[in-house]
Amino acid sequence: MAIEKIFKDDATEEKGERARMSSFVGAIAITDLVKTTLGPKGMDKILQSTGRGHGVTVTNDGATILKSLHIDNPAAKVLIDISKVQDDEVGDGTTSVVVLAGELLREAEKLVASKIHPMTIISGYRMAAECARNALLQRVVDNKENAEKFKSDLMKIAKTTLSSKILSQDKEHFAQLAVEAVMRLKGSTNLEAIQIIKKPGGSLKDSFLDEGFILDKKIGLGQPKRIENAKILVANTAMDTDKVKIYGARVRVDSMSKVAEIEGAEKEKMREKVQKIIAHGINCFVNRQLIYNFPEELFADAGILAIEHADFDGIERLALVTGGEIASTFDNPESVKIGHCKLIEEIMIGEDKLIHFSGVEMGQACTIVLRGASHHVLDEAERSLHDALCVLSQTVNDTRVLLGGGWPEMVMAKEVDELARKTPGKKSHAIEAFSRALVAIPTIIADNAGLDSADLVAQLRAAHHTEGCNAGIDVISGSVGDMAELGISESFKVKQAVLLSATEAAEMILRVDEIITCAPRQREDRM
Amino acid sequence: MALAFDEYGRPFIILKEQEQKTRLRGIEAQKANISAGKAVARILQTSLGPKGMDKMLQSPDGDVTITNDGATILEQMDVDNQIAKLMVELSRSQDYEIGDGTTGVVVMAGALLEQAERLLERGIHPIRIAEGYEMASRIAVEHLEHIAQKFDFGPTNVEPLVQTCMTTLSSKIVNRCKRPLAEISVKAVLSVADLERKDVNLDLIKVEGKVGGKLEDTELIYGITVDKDMSHPQMPKQIQDAKIAILTCPFEPPKPKTKHKVDIDTVEKFQTLRQQEQKYFDDMVQKCKDVGATLVICQWGFDDEANHLLMHRNLPAVRWVGGVELELIAIATGGRIVPRFQELTPEKLGRAGLVREKSFGTTKDKMLYIEHCANSRAVTIFIRGGNKMMIEETKRSIHDALCVARNLIRNNSIVYGGGSAEISCSIAVEAAADKYPGVEQYAIRAFADALDSVPMALAENSGLQPIETLSAVKSQQIEENNPHFGIDCNDVGTNDDMREQNVFETLIGKQQQILLATQVVKMILKIDDVISPSDY
Repeated sequence: MAIEKIFKDDATEEKGERARMSSFVGAIAITDLVKTTLGPKGMDKILQSTGRGHGVTVTNDGATILKSLHIDNPAAKVLIDISKVQDDEVGDGTTSVVVLAGELLREAEKLVASKIHPMTIISGYRMAAECARNALLQRVVDNKENAEKFKSDLMKIAKTTLSSKILSQDKEHFAQLAVEAVMRLKGSTNLEAIQIIKKPGGSLKDSFLDEGFILDKKIGLGQPKRIENAKILVANTAMDTDKVKIYGARVRVDSMSKVAEIEGAEKEKMREKVQKIIAHGINCFVNRQLIYNFPEELFADAGILAIEHADFDGIERLALVTGGEIASTFDNPESVKIGHCKLIEEIMIGEDKLIHFSGVEMGQACTIVLRGASHHVLDEAERSLHDALCVLSQTVNDTRVLLGGGWPEMVMAKEVDELARKTPGKKSHAIEAFSRALVAIPTIIADNAGLDSADLVAQLRAAHHTEGCNAGIDVISGSVGDMAELGISESFKVKQAVLLSATEAAEMILRVDEIITCAPRQREDRM
Repeated sequence: MALAFDEYGRPFIILKEQEQKTRLRGIEAQKANISAGKAVARILQTSLGPKGMDKMLQSPDGDVTITNDGATILEQMDVDNQIAKLMVELSRSQDYEIGDGTTGVVVMAGALLEQAERLLERGIHPIRIAEGYEMASRIAVEHLEHIAQKFDFGPTNVEPLVQTCMTTLSSKIVNRCKRPLAEISVKAVLSVADLERKDVNLDLIKVEGKVGGKLEDTELIYGITVDKDMSHPQMPKQIQDAKIAILTCPFEPPKPKTKHKVDIDTVEKFQTLRQQEQKYFDDMVQKCKDVGATLVICQWGFDDEANHLLMHRNLPAVRWVGGVELELIAIATGGRIVPRFQELTPEKLGRAGLVREKSFGTTKDKMLYIEHCANSRAVTIFIRGGNKMMIEETKRSIHDALCVARNLIRNNSIVYGGGSAEISCSIAVEAAADKYPGVEQYAIRAFADALDSVPMALAENSGLQPIETLSAVKSQQIEENNPHFGIDCNDVGTNDDMREQNVFETLIGKQQQILLATQVVKMILKIDDVISPSDY
C-alpha cells in the first residue's frame, strides 16, 4: 500500500535541503535585484504597472521597488516585508536592510554547505549582531546639547541621504529645505505638518520651502484676492443643499405654489446659515465640502473669501496651522476658535493659481513646493525628500549620529571579527560570516560607483586597524577618505534598525526546514 | 470488492453506487491509516524542542506564515487525508485544552502508530494493541503524578512561573529575549488571575502587535490599547482621570426600526423639523456632559455636526470601536455599556487614570492607551518586532506562555522537561509490562518504546547522537533512581539534571499529551474499513 497523499491537490511540500535552497535562492535573487540601487552612485529602476495605463515609476527607493513586485517565493516575501517596515518605522535604509539580510543568507548558504547546522549559525549571528550593536553604541556622537553642532549634523545626514537619490545634484539646496522643515516641527515626528506640493515645470532648483501654508485651490469669483490680517473659519459642513437628516423625511407637496414655498424656506435656511457664519466676524471661510453658487454669492457680497472643497488633510493642516478649530455648527460664534494669519493671497506657480496663507500663528507647519521637469522626476523627488524628512525627524528624537560611507559597517565588522577570534566552537564560523556580510555593503557601494571594490575595501580595512579611525569610501574621488571631514553622516537609529531587522529576518528564514505551499485559491469567474 | 450474493446468485447492492467507491479493508486499511498518521507526525518531528526548526507555510492567498507551533502548522496545512485530519484535530484539542505541547502530542501519536504497525505485522489484533496502550497510558499518567513536584509561588515569588514560561518560549524564535517575554506573560496572567478560585480568564489579556521597533520593546500595559484615534483632530490627546461613557448608540439622528415616512408639505413643518434636528444633537451631547463624562467611546460613527459639538463642548470622543474592545474597556474601567442616551447615569461611567494617544514611526498610525483603570484586571501585551511574520509568531508564542502560566495557577504541579519525564515514564511502563499476562504485554512494551521517541527526536534536533544520548540518560536515571535526567538540548554542559537547568513543564500538559495521543491512536487502530468516494 503506497503512502496516501495527505495534502490537497496542487499543494506542494519542500523539505530539508530543498526548502532551504529555495529560500536562499529567493532571498538572494531579491537582494541582487535591489543591490545595484545602493549608494550614491546606485542606479534606478523603471517599474511598469500592469494596471490600466501601464503607469511608469522611476525610482531608487528600495521599499518602492519591492512593494511593486509580485513575488511568489515565501522567503522573498519576508525580505519585502522587512523593507516595508523599515520604511514605516524610520523611512530610510530600505535597500540596505534587504541587502544586509540577503548577504547574511548568502554567507549562511556557504556555511550550511560546509555542514554547519542552521541553529549554530543563528546563535553565531545573534552574538555577532549584539556585538556589532555595542560597537556602534561606543562610537556614536551625540550633539544634543549643542544646538549649532546638532543642526550641522542634521545637514550632513540630510545630504548623505539625498546623495543617493535623484536630488543629489541639488542636495545642498534640498538638505537645507528638509532641515528647516524638520526644525520647525520642534521635536514632533508628525510629518503631516509638512506639506509637499508638486508642480511640474521649472527645474528642481526652483523648489522652495514656504513657511506658510499653500492650498491648492482657486478663490471664488468676485471675491477678494488678497486679505490682510485674515480671520479664518475652517469648517466641515454641507453648503450645497442642507439635507434634513432625520430618517424617513421626504418632501411631498400637492401644488406648485407649495414647492415654491418650500424652496423659499430652504433658501432662507441657507441664508440664515451663511448669516451665522458671517456673524463669526471672519473674512475667510474654508469648507471641506462643496459650496454652491447661492451661498458663494452671499459670501462674495459680504466680502468674505470662500474656498470650497478642500481635501480632508488640507483642512486638518489648515486648522493646525492657523490655530482654528474645524467647525460644523455655527450657533455659538463667541466660543468657536477662529484661525488667524497675516496675509492670504493668490499666488501663481507655473500656470496654476494657489492660495497662500502666510504669517500663520503656529510656526510648525510649512510647505515645500517641488518643481521639476516631469511627473516622474517629481514623484521620485517627493519620495527622496520624504526619506530625508523621515530620517531627520527620527534623528531629532534620537540625536545619536554615526559617520556614513561604509564606516559603520567597517567598525562593526572589525569588532565582530575580534569576537569571532575569541569564541570557541563552530559558532565562530558564523560570526566570521556575519562580519563578511557587513563588509559586503561597502563593497557593493564601491562596485556600484564603478570603483575597484577589492582594493578599496582592503585599504579601508587596513585604515580601520588604527584606533578611532574615521575612514570610509569617498565615492566622489574614488578613494578612502575621512568621513568626518567630508561630512558624511548617518542616523544611529536607522543603522540600528537595519542591523536588527536584517538579522531577525535572516534568522527567521534560516530556521525554516520545510515549506508547504497551499494550492492557490481559485479565482471565481464572474463572467 | 466484496459483494454479497443471495441464494440465487444475484448480487446485493449494499452501498450506493458501490462500483464508484474505493474501499480498503482489514489490515490494508489499518496500514494505510497508520502511514498517513506517521507522515503528519514526521512533518512536525523536526520542530520539536529548543533547537527545532520552523516551517514556512504559504496560504492559498499567498500570505506567508513562519511558525514552530504544531497546532498552527497543522491548521494551515492543506490536509486532505481523513486520518491526517484526525491528527490535526488532535493537535488542536491539545491547543484548546492546554495551549502548549501541540507538537509533542502529534510526535507521540506518530510514534505510537509506528509501534502499532510492527505489532500488527506480528499478527496481534488491533483491539488488543489498543487495550494495551490504554493500560500503559494509565500507568504512565500515574507515574507522572508520582514524579511530579509541587512548587509554591505567590504574588511575590514568581520565579518558578517565569522559569516554566521560559521553557515554553525557548523553542520559539523569540528565545532571544525569552526572559523578558516570560516575565511579561507571568505578570499579565497574575494580574488577571483569580488566585482564590485558581482560575484565569485569558480573554482579559489582549495581545496586540504592531510592526516596527525591536522585540525588546515589547511591553505590558496595565490597561487597554485601542487601534483608533480621537474623532476630531483637535481634541485633546491626553486626558487625566477620565470618566468614560461607553456607548453603543450612534451620534446620529434616530433611525426607528419601524417603517415610517415623515412628510414635509408645509413650510412650518420644514422649519420645525430642522429645529428638532439641531436640538437632537444638542441633547445628545448635553446628556453626556451632564453625567460628567470626560471621554466618550462609541461603537458607531458620528455625524459631522455632532462631532463638532463634542469638540466644542470639550468632550473628546472615539468612534468606531469594535465590540470586543468595547467590552474589554468596560471591564477594565468598571463602566457599563450604555445602549441609549437616556440611560446614561453617572454610575455607569468607567474610570481611567490616564488616556493618551500615541503615534508610531513615520506613518500616521495612532493608538489610544487607556491606563490606570479602576479595575486593573484587564491588561494588554503590546508586541513590537521587525516584520509581520515575526509579530504573528510572537503572538502565538506569548499565547503558549500565557496558557502555561494559567495551567500552573490551576494546578501547581510540574514535571521536568528535556524528555526526562518521558524517559522516566518509559522505564516505569517497561517495568510494569512484565506483570501483565496476555498479549497486551507486547503493546505495553511498545508504548514504552514510543515514549522514548520524544526524547530521541529532541536529541536528534539538537544535533546529538539520538540513540547514544538516550541510552546514556536512561541508564543514568535507573542507576541513580533520579527521574530528572534529560536531554541536554542547549549544550550547557555534561550535567543533564533538568532540575538544575531549570527546564520545567506542567504536569497536566504532559498528562494530557499522553492521554490525547493514546485516544487518537486507539481510534485509528479500531478502523478496519475505509469507504471513500473514488476520484472522479
